[in-house]
Amino acid sequence: MNVMWKTFPKGGLEPRQMKSRIKDRAVWNASIPALCIVPLLQHRGEPATCLVRPRETVREGMLIGRADSPDSCHVHSPVPGTVKYVEEITLPWGDKTPAVFIELGGEFNRLGKAVYTHPWEGIRADRLLSMLADRGVVGMGSGIPAHRKLEIPEGRTVRTLIINGVECEPYLCADYRIMVEKAEELIEGARIAAAITRPGRSVIALAGDKTEARDALRKKIKELKADIEIRALRPKYPLGDERQLIKALAGEEFSLGGTALDAGAVVLNVGTALAVYEAVVLQKPLVEKTITVAGRALREQANLKVRIGTPLADLVEECGGFVRMPAKIVVGGPMMGWGVCDLSAPITKTTSGVLFLSPKEIRDSRKTNCLNCGRCLRSCPMGLQPSALYKWVEHSAYEEAREEGLLDCSECGCCAYACPARLPLTRGIRAGKMVLRGGAGL
Amino acid sequence: MKQEIPVTSSPQIHDDASTTNIMWSVFFCLLPPALWGCFVFGAPALRVLCVSLLSSAGAEALCARLSRHPLTLWDGSACVTGLLVGMAMPPGVPSYVPLFASVFAIGVAKWTFGGLGRNWMNPALAGRVFVYFSWTRAMTSWSLPAALHTADALSGATPLGFLKRGMAENTAFYRSPMEYLRANGYPRSLFDGGATDWLNARILEPLGISLPQGYIDFFFGFMGGSIGEVSALLLLAGTVFLLARRVLSPAIPAACFGTFGVLIWIFGGLPFSGEYFAGDLLFHLFSGGLILGVFYMATDIVSSPVSLSGQILYGCGVGLLSFLIRLYGSAPEGTAFAILVMNVFVPLINKKLRPSRFGRAKGAMRE
Repeated sequence: MNVMWKTFPKGGLEPRQMKSRIKDRAVWNASIPALCIVPLLQHRGEPATCLVRPRETVREGMLIGRADSPDSCHVHSPVPGTVKYVEEITLPWGDKTPAVFIELGGEFNRLGKAVYTHPWEGIRADRLLSMLADRGVVGMGSGIPAHRKLEIPEGRTVRTLIINGVECEPYLCADYRIMVEKAEELIEGARIAAAITRPGRSVIALAGDKTEARDALRKKIKELKADIEIRALRPKYPLGDERQLIKALAGEEFSLGGTALDAGAVVLNVGTALAVYEAVVLQKPLVEKTITVAGRALREQANLKVRIGTPLADLVEECGGFVRMPAKIVVGGPMMGWGVCDLSAPITKTTSGVLFLSPKEIRDSRKTNCLNCGRCLRSCPMGLQPSALYKWVEHSAYEEAREEGLLDCSECGCCAYACPARLPLTRGIRAGKMVLRGGAGL
Repeated sequence: MKQEIPVTSSPQIHDDASTTNIMWSVFFCLLPPALWGCFVFGAPALRVLCVSLLSSAGAEALCARLSRHPLTLWDGSACVTGLLVGMAMPPGVPSYVPLFASVFAIGVAKWTFGGLGRNWMNPALAGRVFVYFSWTRAMTSWSLPAALHTADALSGATPLGFLKRGMAENTAFYRSPMEYLRANGYPRSLFDGGATDWLNARILEPLGISLPQGYIDFFFGFMGGSIGEVSALLLLAGTVFLLARRVLSPAIPAACFGTFGVLIWIFGGLPFSGEYFAGDLLFHLFSGGLILGVFYMATDIVSSPVSLSGQILYGCGVGLLSFLIRLYGSAPEGTAFAILVMNVFVPLINKKLRPSRFGRAKGAMRE
């Protein structure tokens, strides 16, 4: 590992990457699912208003959920077909939302057709923003609608536009594949974002060991004469977290409740930048995305381009089925992803991957007393004392926990990953945060 | 799907290290030096180790039972404690001494505070110090390895004990502690003579250095001392493994050896040649229980500080106290006491030296 690469200074860890068998697999288009489950809440904010009724016919890319409040975001139909029913479902992270169940049928109006590109240079920033809003683009990491993320309030300036290609979660390689295979589109997307936000400089940040992606991007930047820097950073988890990334790149910290903009930065995921390109240049709504489907319970691990709303069961089939029963099914990365118990959960705009983990990969062990070893504290990128917070929460001493910084926790999972006693530190802290924010806790 | 798959919260994966495999890997790294002790000191050493291990395991089982706690022997921590207690005993000590040491270690130092992870001092050291003051004579009667037995049967002594006795009189005639040992007839194995000659002829002399005789014995473990402390070589081999597996954090040993080494180098020569910067580092590192104590007791994850800066301070403290006791104390060495004293400060260190919170430091962006 090259120690010359910069990274964030405090805490963090280097979990087993598990990427070597996945990262060189080219993205292929997953088969179109016979039944799509399209949640109307795939972003942070209010669910979109449902515009379709059962038995109604929908076209590919048709608007089916309309953003009626500024906090919401449009949802489009990923496939042509017939609406079977609209029903409330629970997303892996616990949100309840109406979802449109679409049975595949009819003709695709994009798939397999010629692709037209539309020039965007010279279009005004507000027009570009409304194009993003119309096509339902959201930040793939946070779920914040892209048009809100890129809208810079009057009087604020953006010093740095960061395209986040760090992808620090183990297993996940989708962003890496985009950087390798779609370097040109990605750079174009970054330039559109730059045209909107007018930053002092644009940077693509990636892990220093991803040399193939770095070279591909460097070559394209030269060809296109784009004004974008590439910054290779030392891979450490959670470098992909906005706060840590800004700290590593610019040395600036912003506190709880602050946003990247307080540090003069706007951060866009690689996947988001690609979606920006597709929305503006191809005028295509966000109905499909690249994800990694991995884990030793699968016969094949893959990077797939899937339609939003594809149920997990279809992905298992796409990957050759199970060779052993998974011990955990995870939507998202292994450090911050959510465990689900059935295969009907759909892919949403913010799903970065799906993991089917064998017992060996989890490395679970028996729970013991806290050893006071301090591994949690030394791995915490926020400078907290997770074991102390956990004990406060366990004893319902929420106010003490607040003073110790409970609400600063970014739930990156480092503490519980490192804990030899296998205490559910992150879960406990999350529960404490929910109580402090007025929820019921766990 | 037929089989139940649990809904779990993040993180979904874990590090290799678990309580169980940390404890058992420490245990297995301690076995080679312990067995070396049995090899050089013979059957009495093996008896001491067996007594300490069995009584420690027994005490653990009993305490868990009495506290209505599920049996915790599987986690390996009681076995590590038992083995460490035995390794810190003189080879010929009567069996009741390790028995009481183990029972005190587990019963008092560990379980009165609530068992694994709750104790504030290292149980094995607490046990050792308890019996040291209870049966001081038994705990300070040393025997020499069979390989060192000379014709004029010297009353067994550790190199440091031998030296301390000499320093009470006068050592100013000698240039170094090793020279004192040689001149006053501290025994040496045949292996040492051969190995030192070979090293000097083949490797060191071409480089312009010469190794005096005696050090090889210390390094390999032909000297008087506790059962488990004599073989620096095997202790260090285990340490390398534990450091590579990241079971041990290197901060404490580094700080400790750094402080101790610098102080010995500056002041260690004073009782001999009277000069500063003339201390005999090799002698002080490899004689006595410093290596065992620092790598396996000071780094005890339960009773050492949690933050990196805390660990460095704690390590420096252990190094400083070890140095003071060794050069100016009445006992030959005091790694055990140094660590116990620093254990007392750990809660304070943990309270004062904690990482700064992200986004709360001076100059950070405010909301």
